[in-house]
Amino acid sequence: MNEGMLGKQYGDGEIICRQGEVGQCMYVVLDGCAQAVSEREGREVVLGRVEAGEVFGEMAIFDKRPRSATVRACGAARVLTLDKRLFLKRVHEDPSFAFGILQKMSERIRHLDAELSRLKQGSGG
Amino acid sequence: MFLEDGARVGIIGGGPAGSMTAFFLLTFAQRADLKLAVDVYEPRDFLEPGPAGCNMCGGIVSEPLVQTLAVEGIRLPPSVVQRGIDSYVLHRGSETVNIATPLSEKRIAALHRGGGPRGFREMQYGGLDGYLLGLARDRGARVIAAKVRQSGRGEDGRPWLGTGKERQTYDLVVGASGVNPGDWSLYENLGFRCRSPRTARTYITEIRLGAEQIGSHFGNAVHIFFDNMPGLDMAAIIPKGEFVTICLLGEGINQELIQAFCDNPAVRACFPPTWDGQAGSCRCFPKINIRPADFPCLGRAVLVGDCGATRLYKDGIGAAYRTAKAAATTAVFSGVSHAAFARHYRPVYRSIIRDNRYGWAIFMIVDLIKKLEPLARGALSMTAKEQSQPESARRMSVVMWDMFTGSAPYRDVFFKTLDPRFWARFMWETARNLRARRPRPPEEA
Ligand SMILES: Cc1cc2nc3c(=O)[nH]c(=O)nc-3n(C[C@H](O)[C@H](O)[C@H](O)COP(=O)(O)OP(=O)(O)OC[C@H]3O[C@@H](n4cnc5c(N)ncnc54)[C@H](O)[C@@H]3O)c2cc1C
Repeated sequence: MNEGMLGKQYGDGEIICRQGEVGQCMYVVLDGCAQAVSEREGREVVLGRVEAGEVFGEMAIFDKRPRSATVRACGAARVLTLDKRLFLKRVHEDPSFAFGILQKMSERIRHLDAELSRLKQGSGG
Repeated sequence: MFLEDGARVGIIGGGPAGSMTAFFLLTFAQRADLKLAVDVYEPRDFLEPGPAGCNMCGGIVSEPLVQTLAVEGIRLPPSVVQRGIDSYVLHRGSETVNIATPLSEKRIAALHRGGGPRGFREMQYGGLDGYLLGLARDRGARVIAAKVRQSGRGEDGRPWLGTGKERQTYDLVVGASGVNPGDWSLYENLGFRCRSPRTARTYITEIRLGAEQIGSHFGNAVHIFFDNMPGLDMAAIIPKGEFVTICLLGEGINQELIQAFCDNPAVRACFPPTWDGQAGSCRCFPKINIRPADFPCLGRAVLVGDCGATRLYKDGIGAAYRTAKAAATTAVFSGVSHAAFARHYRPVYRSIIRDNRYGWAIFMIVDLIKKLEPLARGALSMTAKEQSQPESARRMSVVMWDMFTGSAPYRDVFFKTLDPRFWARFMWETARNLRARRPRPPEEA
């Protein structure tokens, strides 16, 4: 059933999008998973995993800034590219189209809040 | 007139439009903490092979729709998608031109709608319609395996649907019964006093070649035939898993035209020599909507998908998605009155109709180009040359791609053709072809 696979196949560790690039699209993981890493002063920090069904790379579309992280395949992964223009057009016609992404973003903010309060507690602040 | 907790919705038809309406109604209702009971009436068993289990169609899910569904959380699985399409091949006479997808990525799906062609018992793939109906069922829709035979309105104005055995009253009825067979009296009884959609006859046959032969002869490309055949607006061969689908659209489809197409040397050249030019074991002549119903909504009743309006010859499943979602959004968030549908649903419906006007204009231009040999050759050679050029310089290829794949609204395609650089290049290529083909004067002795 290989012919029926949509999107593009990435091998383990292969880079899907790179930190600092200008983003003209976003992605959805169709199969497998990917890992988001941030590079700072030569060191890599793992930010999290993107599982099948999840969208990533959307921040560059909303804030028009370079990509904040590098995303690479974690094992074999199949990824579909989503056109920026199509996405923006659909959201313009039908705002509920962005609901799933907003839901995911709010989940990430909750996670970050929890992480931040843990760090603040740890540093005795 | 709003849907309250416990409100009931009846949907006539569980094709893509009906299933997606149910899916979005229940998704939005969950988000808004509203309890809805949604019944989908669908007499077909989509697991059954042959026409009985199939809403006959070419089986292409367009590039924008694959992406859109993925964002909606609907990832078409490889158990449904039989082939990811990565290019289109244009044929005219012995010439062929390959147009690859912009990202060299498979973003178009080729699939069957039902349980597969007649006589095909090895169920390797599921069809799209069964998959979408399954999603609606998972969201909580009740699927009633029966045909709606009667309809009407009660004294309080609420619509009812009857299957012969029982009759159910609803707060909203959604017409999603397509145009095959297209029993318009159901909608007249609900109060729709407008023209039903106009349809044209089309042709589909499924030819079994086996995955290996399909891979070597057709690859992952849809083959489009650009020859001048009066009465034929679109002719495509679509590779699937074990079968290829021949799909002919136009207002003059008849047995003679079908045979002429199958005997066309360019068509025969695509197939292995063992193919005898005959239809496969499964063939059908479904109707296609070529002019919409004038009026898509009343209080507590709305038409979605093919039984209302669809895109001309392209991406009908995409139009089903758009109308289904717009109807569901209106019903849950703005109510089910005539005014609510007129305000929030009709603009989406009308945008499809408006876009089709550009579609008709484009098909007329394409028809003219197909008739005039030098123009047709100019268009093909321009497309061929652009394949080695950067994306931004590809003008004809983008027009051809958007036109044949249904990837962009017809309006966008139309305006792309108004670019003076497009015409300058097109005319240049046409003139070059004319010069190259002019017979040389006999050499003097
Ligand atoms: C030859 C051809 C090729 C096509 N190729 C493509 C293509 O490649 N890609 C694409 O996107 N579109 C294509 N289309 C268009 C596409 O098929 C339609 O736009 C799409 O099927 C519309 O979906 P729908 O749900 O509105 O209608 P349908 O798919 O027709 O579904 C209607 C459903 O309603 C049910 N029904 C009917 N009457 C009743 C009743 N009284 N009670 C209960 N249920 C009922 C039927 O059983 C059926 O399941 C093609 C069409 C044709 C004719």
